[in-house]
Amino acid sequence: MLDKALKGSATYWGWLLFLLAFIGVGFGCYLYQFSEGLRITGMSRDVSWGFYIGQFTYLVGVAASGVMVVLPYYIHNYKAFARITILGEFLAVSAIVMCGLFISVDLGYLPRVMNIILYPHPNSILFWDMIVLNVYLLLNIFIGWNVLSAERKGVHYPKWITPLIYISIPWAFSIHTVTAFLYAGLPGRHFWLTAIMAARFLASAFCSGPALLILLCFIVRKLSRFDPGKEQIRTLGGIVAYAMILNVFFFLLELFTAFYSRIPEHMHAIVYLFFGLEGHTRLVPWMWGATVFAVIALVLLIIPQLRRREGILAIACGSVIVATWIDKGLALVVGGFIPNPFDRIFEYWPTTPEVFISLGVYATGFFVLSVLYKIAVSVKEEVAA
Amino acid sequence: MDIDRRKFLKIAGLSAVMGIGGKAAFELLAPKELEASLREVPLTQGKKWGMVVNMAKMDDEIMKRCMEACNRVHNIPNFGDPRVEIKWIWEETYEHSFPGQEHEYIGEKYLGRNFLLMCNHCTDPPCCRVCPTGATWKREDGIVMMDWHRCIGCRFCMAGCPYGSRSFNWGDPRKAPKELNPDFPTNRDYPTRSKGVVEKCTFCDERIARGQIPACVEAANEIREGALVFGDLDDPDSDIRKVLRAHYSIRRKPELGTGPNVYYII
Repeated sequence: MLDKALKGSATYWGWLLFLLAFIGVGFGCYLYQFSEGLRITGMSRDVSWGFYIGQFTYLVGVAASGVMVVLPYYIHNYKAFARITILGEFLAVSAIVMCGLFISVDLGYLPRVMNIILYPHPNSILFWDMIVLNVYLLLNIFIGWNVLSAERKGVHYPKWITPLIYISIPWAFSIHTVTAFLYAGLPGRHFWLTAIMAARFLASAFCSGPALLILLCFIVRKLSRFDPGKEQIRTLGGIVAYAMILNVFFFLLELFTAFYSRIPEHMHAIVYLFFGLEGHTRLVPWMWGATVFAVIALVLLIIPQLRRREGILAIACGSVIVATWIDKGLALVVGGFIPNPFDRIFEYWPTTPEVFISLGVYATGFFVLSVLYKIAVSVKEEVAA
Repeated sequence: MDIDRRKFLKIAGLSAVMGIGGKAAFELLAPKELEASLREVPLTQGKKWGMVVNMAKMDDEIMKRCMEACNRVHNIPNFGDPRVEIKWIWEETYEHSFPGQEHEYIGEKYLGRNFLLMCNHCTDPPCCRVCPTGATWKREDGIVMMDWHRCIGCRFCMAGCPYGSRSFNWGDPRKAPKELNPDFPTNRDYPTRSKGVVEKCTFCDERIARGQIPACVEAANEIREGALVFGDLDDPDSDIRKVLRAHYSIRRKPELGTGPNVYYII
């Protein structure tokens, strides 16, 4: 099936070249970082994780959200999703690729990365995150590839795939739960030390991932003869609506606990993010921006007449992505470090090389996604013809 | 198990002496003699090392000497930039050392006064719990140790430490500005670190292995005996236990359950 990726229009090749340019710039910046050390980033001894780990966290969510098309189809026998499960699985594959790359560029000593396997320490959540993410990657590659090639041949997929599919469903939940545990078990980081962290992660994943998938479906429909389907997109819209409501609800629960208990450490990070602390206000406009986008998304998603119009659904999905990205890709990680353990405030902002390295990783992910989607869509076109 | 532990200590002691003392030390001491000699040194036999910072005897000059001694002995570079600073032992005001403890009626004697901070060598250290490679671990003698040759630089330990006691080499220490570090490295017998790894106070494990007290304690004692007290918390007759029996002491963030082993007499 790989041959499908090698035959494409000028637009397809142009797009891949465009991505390659970003990959090249990002790689160049990474070489600079590799030789100079992480001091070329905006991170510091006080905010020791930044943009990279934020993107990693956000993309684990996108990867996990693949289950939102797999589960209804395989567990509830919702046949309509058979058309698009492959799109969800391949989105998960490319998201995990980006996760791995974001972790890699964040490591201070990348050549030693195999120490995680050579000296395994199961008491570390990072060890388990490495395992669940890699297994999830393999599951999605195996399942996606085999189901697609069976579809191409017009036969049922091999029997041994079925148990893998059922394993992949709880596995998707596990990757984001374990990722939440990276944060939620650290003493002294009060912003993260919350039992609802994993639930919040899953809720934001299950709205942002399917929102991205809806936008990708629109693009696929525009660029190919394969239509992911009106009903499919409408059902995904419903999933995004419910998940976004849960996401915002869970966040409001955090606000209640922090501000009714009035425990200073629980309030500080939230106050910093939304109002600033001691004159430090770098993330304030972003947080209010996220709030505005979340409100827009909720209004457009909750009213069925609006949600069912595809143009409006696209706007709603875009708003969901922006709101959840600011919340999780930017504020969550940085907010956990502010104030620092000495109750002092040191702010963080990514540097230009840091942003270009991140763009390079995103470009790599979208390159993988484009190639995989090209294959999937070509097979779908071939089968339909 | 006991034999294993003894074996381990023997090897650890040997390699520390070899690493620190260099070839000369190894040639001078045959392995068996070395083991015998180490057994005579009480400092190599601690079960739970701890430290008391006696603020009644401490002053800014002593603190400065302590920090200088540590920086010199451990080749700690000065980047002149608080964002990327490497800190093994450092000073911080009362209200920022013990956040949440200050109140509006507190006397000037305390508010704004500098305290000496370092790794707490916690009894249940979160940094060791979260490390994915075992590059940081709790030794049997209580020291929270760091292997900067295994560290992959994920900085999970920095997120895990509630005391800000861990420093990351954001850049190459050997590239620290020359004008701030004229004779770097200051101690040729101690390694400099590479960029991209985490480091921290190790209670001078290399000195303990030779039967010496930590560099900061030595520096403090030169000026005023008892400003810093280092010793075995497991030994009821040790100086540190006597001091802790005689005075009321506090620890940083005890409510987190990490069991810090650095005590402050106010």
